[in-house]
Amino acid sequence: MAKAPALPRGFQLPLEQRLPRIGSIDQVAVEQRAAELAKRSIKKDAKVWALELAIRCCDLTTLEGQDTPGKVAALCSKAIRPDPGDPNVPSVAAVCVYPNLIGAAKERLAGSGVKVASVATYFPSGQAPLDVKLRDVEDAVAMGADEIDMVIDRGAFLSGRYAKVFDEIVQVKEACGAAHLKVILEVSELGTYDNVRRASLLAMAAGGDFIKTSTGKLPGAATLPVQLVMLEAIRDVHEETGRKVGMKPAGGIRTSKNAIQYLVQVHETLGPDWLTPDLYRIGASSLVNDILMQLRTQRTGAYQSKDYFTND
Amino acid sequence: MTEVEKHRDRSPVPAGWTYAPAPESTDIVNLRDRYGLFIGGEWVPAKEHFTTVSPRDEAPLAEVGQATASDVEQAVAAAREAFRSWSRISPSERAKYLFRIARILAERAREFAVLESLNGGKPIKESRDVDLPLASAHFFYYAGWADKLEYAFPNRKPKPIGVAGQIIPWNFPLLMLAWKIAPALAGGNTVVLKPAETTPLTALLFADVLRQAELPPGVVNIVTGDGTTGAALVDSDVDKIAFTGSTEVGKAIQRRVAGTGKKLTLELGGKAANILFDDAALDQAVEGIINGIYFNQGHVCCAGSRLFVQESIYEPAIEKLKRRMGTLRVGDPLDKNTDVGAINSREQLNRIEELVQAGKDEGADIYQPPCRLPEKGYWFAPTVFTNVAQSYRIAQEEIFGPVLSVLTFRTPEEAVEKANNTPYGLSAGVWTEKGSRILWMAQQLRAGVVWANTFNRFDPTSPFGGYKESGFGREGGMHGLEPYLAFDGSETFGG
Repeated sequence: MAKAPALPRGFQLPLEQRLPRIGSIDQVAVEQRAAELAKRSIKKDAKVWALELAIRCCDLTTLEGQDTPGKVAALCSKAIRPDPGDPNVPSVAAVCVYPNLIGAAKERLAGSGVKVASVATYFPSGQAPLDVKLRDVEDAVAMGADEIDMVIDRGAFLSGRYAKVFDEIVQVKEACGAAHLKVILEVSELGTYDNVRRASLLAMAAGGDFIKTSTGKLPGAATLPVQLVMLEAIRDVHEETGRKVGMKPAGGIRTSKNAIQYLVQVHETLGPDWLTPDLYRIGASSLVNDILMQLRTQRTGAYQSKDYFTND
Repeated sequence: MTEVEKHRDRSPVPAGWTYAPAPESTDIVNLRDRYGLFIGGEWVPAKEHFTTVSPRDEAPLAEVGQATASDVEQAVAAAREAFRSWSRISPSERAKYLFRIARILAERAREFAVLESLNGGKPIKESRDVDLPLASAHFFYYAGWADKLEYAFPNRKPKPIGVAGQIIPWNFPLLMLAWKIAPALAGGNTVVLKPAETTPLTALLFADVLRQAELPPGVVNIVTGDGTTGAALVDSDVDKIAFTGSTEVGKAIQRRVAGTGKKLTLELGGKAANILFDDAALDQAVEGIINGIYFNQGHVCCAGSRLFVQESIYEPAIEKLKRRMGTLRVGDPLDKNTDVGAINSREQLNRIEELVQAGKDEGADIYQPPCRLPEKGYWFAPTVFTNVAQSYRIAQEEIFGPVLSVLTFRTPEEAVEKANNTPYGLSAGVWTEKGSRILWMAQQLRAGVVWANTFNRFDPTSPFGGYKESGFGREGGMHGLEPYLAFDGSETFGG
């Protein structure tokens, strides 16, 4: 039998009828499926469980030019104990900052179990020479980042230079060392679901531990159909290789209701194995307060004023 | 619980996260203990009654009248009487009534949706998101045609035909009512409608809508009962029979009306082919296949009950299909998270069980995902048969349940040949990324509807109907008006 031409990291051109094929995505149908799943009615215990999970999976994020050690310190306190009035509310998964603020975050989060994630690779555009991007990653890791959120080179991807995108991810992964790598596809610049699927498979094949929708710097970031396309790609890779890659939607998830819709999709597409911060993250900044408000409503039966929840 | 084959099961059965029950409240529905017949705008008591139950738990819901031949005669006479004035009022006045009915249906959608699920067993998400919006949309659509018939059929001088006897099935009770009544009234006809024996309640509640809309008495009459009532309606002094239901009954009706001069349209069974090519968007295709056969428990005449998979993609496709079946939520039709509800009746459940047994005996491989079925009521787990031959009963006969038969093909020509090799011809589905192939397939397939990269999509503007033993005549769209009109030069009835 002919030997399949080897592509990097276990992806082979299928010579038999098997997955993964790159395949394509039907836009109408995928949006319809996402809309149907979004109608699940999650109530009572199931809702509380989901809301607490959403907090545990949260990457609390601040990525502004005006970020200071003081701002980051406040965010870290929120990350460790989101609701000072309720010790049962768990900590978030990680705090996500720019490299310059890793130190401040590290200091504040020491011993808490909350991880420090840093964006790198010339975030958010990724339009810089590779050695600059790699240096960016190395520095972030050296400063103590547990997780690196990189951006792919969309310019290269959209001009069909997939190998360049692939090689960059491979090298960034090497530069990460022990740090986990999340690969940001910046879906709103990719234009089609077909491209989202291609970029997802590319990022996983190149060694990404997570695939992530967006930088959060553009409108139209994470959407439910986009996540569904990415989850299905993750599922295909798992089926084919047994490898579990994580998912991180980011940007635009602000309400509890919306967060639960994302979790339902994970639950019904990948199954309960993925409902853990090890394999699922939500990149958000304002979401946590809305969840806290909902949790308190579930506990007390009444909505409380926004003034009872800290703005950090 | 049905026998479940223990396959290597990779379905993500919920472990850490079990959705809490989310039942739709039934408080909004007020049922009477006993219903008579709706004739001439009044409730006429019936001599005998039968009990209608909820298939989800077999609990009795109400007593419903069993209309006799003389009741039917009375209803037809009322319709005949009403026809004199209804056919002569200005078409724009008729349109107003139809618009009113459409609006009231939309306003009372939740009430009707709950009752539809209660009496018929379909998931509330379907009656809420499909049946009710479409039923209302049909009235809106045909309301628009009422004063534009001359434009729909230029130079043909359309006229109403008279009294239409309409017999509708139990799978989409209110929606089929809308499909039948809306074009009939728009054309200036009057109606005697017989709802299905197992699902009469939304039609009876619809009588309330007619009164609310102040439709003149006798324009729509509703007689409930079993097959004998239907037979009496077929034999009565109507000008047209419109029937949706099984091919067997359709043939019997056609024999009875032969030579009587009654117009006839039949919308009958199906055994639709869903054809999956290896270049299709696979995850979305699987979703469409699931929707094609498990929508409304497979109680759909155009259900995609035969899946033809191109052999080059067979294994991954079947694996994905089985895994997806594992995430279907089977249970209480009134729970908002239910995907597959209850089988409509004991009788239908028996038929499904018989055919599934036949499939096993013939040697096909059965797969049912692990799922816990309620103890009371009529239930059947989503089922797929693989390794099915074209000659098996499960590949030939309409099962009308959540049972999919999977066959394979190698080339487009073979797919067309196998898909067309059935006495039915109601619908078909084609799944491919290749536009030219879709167009070619649509030309070759002998089916009234061909869906491409989707399935079970309906719209009032689109005609629907069958080839061969799936019936004749079209419902929906401009075509749906034609069976309710007589044209210049042709004989007119009734008037």
